Amino acid sequence: MSFESRREEFKTPTLFERLVGKLHIDIPLLMSLLLICLLSFVVLYSAGNQDIGLLLRQAARIGLAFGFMIVLSHVSPYQFKRYSALLFGIGVALLIAVLVLGHIGKGAQRWLNLGFFRFQPSEMIKITTPMMIAWYLADYTLPVKPFQLIVAGVLILIPTLLIAKQPDLGTAILVASSGMAVLFFAGISWRLIGVIAGLIGAITPIIWKFFMHDYQRARIITLLDPEADPLGKGYHIIQSKIAIGSGGIYGKGWLGSKQSELEFLPESSTDFIFAVFAEEFGLFGCLGLLLLYLLIIGRSLYIAALAQDTYSRLLAGSLAFTFFVYVFVNIGMVIGVLPVVGVPLPMISYGGTSIVTLMAGFGILMSIHTHKKLISN
Amino acid sequence: MPELKAFKDNPEEGRLFHIRIFTAFAIILLLTAGLVVRLVYLQVVGHQMYATKAKENSIKIEPTVAPRGIIYDRRGNVLADNIQTYSLEIIPEQVKDLNDTLTRLRQIISIPDEKIEQFHKLRIRQKKYTSIPILSNITAEELTRFSVARPFFQGVDVRVRQLRNYPFGELTSHVVGYVGRINEEEMKVLPVEEYRGSTFIGKLGIEHSYETELHGKTGYSEIEVNVQGRPLKTLNEVDPVAGANLHLSLDIELQKTAFDALEKYNGAVVAIEIATGGVLTFVSKPGFDPNPFVVGIGAAAYKELQKSQDQPLYNRALRGLYPPGSTIKPFMALAGLENNVVNTRTLLSCPGFYQLPNDSHHYRDWRKGGHGPVNVSEAVTQSCDVYFYRLASMLGIDRMHSFLSQFGFGKRTGIDLTDEKAGLLPSREWKLRRRNQAWFPGETVISGIGQGYNLVTPLQLSRATATLANNGKIVVPRLVERVDPPSLTREVRNPGATTVALQPNNLKTVIDAMINVVHSARGTAQRISGGINYHIAGKTGTAQVINIKQNASYNESQIAFKQRDHALFISFAPAENPKIAVAVIAENGGHGGAVAAPIAAKVIKQYLTGANP
Repeated sequence: MSFESRREEFKTPTLFERLVGKLHIDIPLLMSLLLICLLSFVVLYSAGNQDIGLLLRQAARIGLAFGFMIVLSHVSPYQFKRYSALLFGIGVALLIAVLVLGHIGKGAQRWLNLGFFRFQPSEMIKITTPMMIAWYLADYTLPVKPFQLIVAGVLILIPTLLIAKQPDLGTAILVASSGMAVLFFAGISWRLIGVIAGLIGAITPIIWKFFMHDYQRARIITLLDPEADPLGKGYHIIQSKIAIGSGGIYGKGWLGSKQSELEFLPESSTDFIFAVFAEEFGLFGCLGLLLLYLLIIGRSLYIAALAQDTYSRLLAGSLAFTFFVYVFVNIGMVIGVLPVVGVPLPMISYGGTSIVTLMAGFGILMSIHTHKKLISN
Repeated sequence: MPELKAFKDNPEEGRLFHIRIFTAFAIILLLTAGLVVRLVYLQVVGHQMYATKAKENSIKIEPTVAPRGIIYDRRGNVLADNIQTYSLEIIPEQVKDLNDTLTRLRQIISIPDEKIEQFHKLRIRQKKYTSIPILSNITAEELTRFSVARPFFQGVDVRVRQLRNYPFGELTSHVVGYVGRINEEEMKVLPVEEYRGSTFIGKLGIEHSYETELHGKTGYSEIEVNVQGRPLKTLNEVDPVAGANLHLSLDIELQKTAFDALEKYNGAVVAIEIATGGVLTFVSKPGFDPNPFVVGIGAAAYKELQKSQDQPLYNRALRGLYPPGSTIKPFMALAGLENNVVNTRTLLSCPGFYQLPNDSHHYRDWRKGGHGPVNVSEAVTQSCDVYFYRLASMLGIDRMHSFLSQFGFGKRTGIDLTDEKAGLLPSREWKLRRRNQAWFPGETVISGIGQGYNLVTPLQLSRATATLANNGKIVVPRLVERVDPPSLTREVRNPGATTVALQPNNLKTVIDAMINVVHSARGTAQRISGGINYHIAGKTGTAQVINIKQNASYNESQIAFKQRDHALFISFAPAENPKIAVAVIAENGGHGGAVAAPIAAKVIKQYLTGANP
């Protein structure tokens, strides 16, 4: 019996504590997530030009995602570990299937039509990749050895390249970083990190030449000089900078986003929703939102720190860090410091699959946090 | 549970992991700080710039052109107004194949080549997505034919446009002038805010000189547009202020009488209301129809007007320069009397010619045998040249110049039209300056009968006559009597009018002599005295042809006619209580008394009695 559980024996748990214990829910994480979902409705109402239908559809998705999260939080980490390799294998197979017979959507092959619903395997692989790497490394004594590193690298590269080929650069980056985050938490030496960074630097030109589509290259060129093509590829960035900049310190107030209302800002309720938020709520609003994200990330890292076995630690750490990568890549592209790669703002952007994946991640985190006693037994 | 082996709890490993967690959080904080720095840069440092850009993005200023002021004559007849017309227009950006569209369009509506050319010229100048007129003022029949075929002409449409209309055409062309499309040079100097959206601008006449008043104030609406430029809502609206209406002193019926009275002659008739300086008639014949100029007169038609030997585009009343001839004599007589060079009793003999001392040249009188000894009254009545040759010699050019210039000779009258000519009243100083030559006594002699360098405009002559009739009080001719609503920027009446100091008895002598010109048996305009119950004071004149036709190439058969002298007549009436002053120039009319005087008589009669001859 661990120290924590022994102490609990002295105190009779309250009804609420018993309920929470039964539900396998982490209250601070849940509260933060609910808060950010509430914020999402507020911004979406404005960004979507006050379309109630849009809000209802998003509410349905969020409800589904929360449900999924709660379901996963009841599954013990042991089960996750056990099925890691299988789920990863299914994910990779589906990715290949998508490439072969994928449904064409938005000029990119990302969807798999299963008849009753459309499924995006790249979303599933975002979770299963860190699961796979964590499962692979969990049985070795850390820090990782070079051979394990190479195997892990190959395991990361397979889904990453398959997704990049779709082409979906944003998701590929997220999948790669989720895998690499596991390696980072597994304690690979700083020297190795340097070598990997160097290696990435070296293969970037190759990716640029062989694995990137013209539109992806154009987005990076655009980032470096958006004014060069103000009506073409630079348009997104210019309009989004105008939206953010014109918001100022205090913002234009809720429903005050002219850039979005007048349709100057494209994709204002999906990938570029942060620009609408920044225009309406200003710098203070942005700081508040970042703080809320840091709260979620901080709590997730705390959960990782308290995890008791290698698999849980690595997976929880990776999920927390990947969530941040999500936020950083989206905001970075909207404020014009990263290329436009099509990553939604987590929990706030309108859209289906990504929020389910995100909440699945938090479900796993809650499972890790609430199943510790069972493990120590 | 065999799986438990898989869960290791190695303290060493745990420590390493915790360090990594902290490191990861540090990295996250660092990157977040980077985002914050960028946000501060955009939202605080760049806020002003981006706010401006956001505004430029979405707010479009749409001008509302004010209706142009109406121009009326003194009786309220409309001289210039705005009419609704149907205009066939094309938005080139909406047409797939412009040439094909134009070809097909011409199959149902006849469009002259020059209109096509004009359209292409306009198209280059205009902003994108502007509706460009190809045929203004289309007929009802053309409208019907186009309406039927309209589905086959994408980007072509008929729009209602306000067009300036001049109901009296040629009759008012040199007074009212006309408006035309704003050209590129005008565009450069016009106030952009005021002329945003305007198509027309006054080019000539009152339309030009009162452009500011007539144009009105352009209104605008600030319209919020979306990314496609589709208007969403009006944020702010400022109504246009309609252009001011102008009420002219011109009497269109009197104008018509004067115009018709000129009959076959080209020339000018300017009549002034003495009490006010209001211009009653301002005829320059021939005129031209100003209406085609509004929509853009074709190059061929314009060339024809320009090349015509009758010079219809030339404003004779305002800019035509003629030697005053004998019409200068009443003013010369006054100069002699006022300078005490002669008095009413002074007799100067006229043997039919005049000779300067030590000069064999004969300055001849128009009457071969001469007039014998004549006093000043008779000299004016009979228009004795020799008397005025002598008088001029006695006065000298300096005194002549300083006296005559008081009546406005050689100076612009200041009428409310632009591009007025000043004429020429020669002086020693002028000749030295302009020709770098000394003044010769012979030039003084011929100046005495209004020849030589002397040049006047019909407007100047009528103004000088009105001043004479007004006891020397200078009359400033004005066309616009009233601006409604009143203009804040323009002084309509000139309060600075001054007086030529004249001895009443000298003035009476000259006016009586001018009455005799019409009413005595020996007067040179005696023929107009019949059938009127008031006195006309007048003076005939004959001017040798020297000026505006000098460079023109004449039609052979016309030479004889075109070399005839110009007939001049100045007059005012009633002589005892002058109300109207009239100056007439009938080009190639020969003798003033025969041709010009009856024209003036008709104008005077109609004005004083209301009778329409």
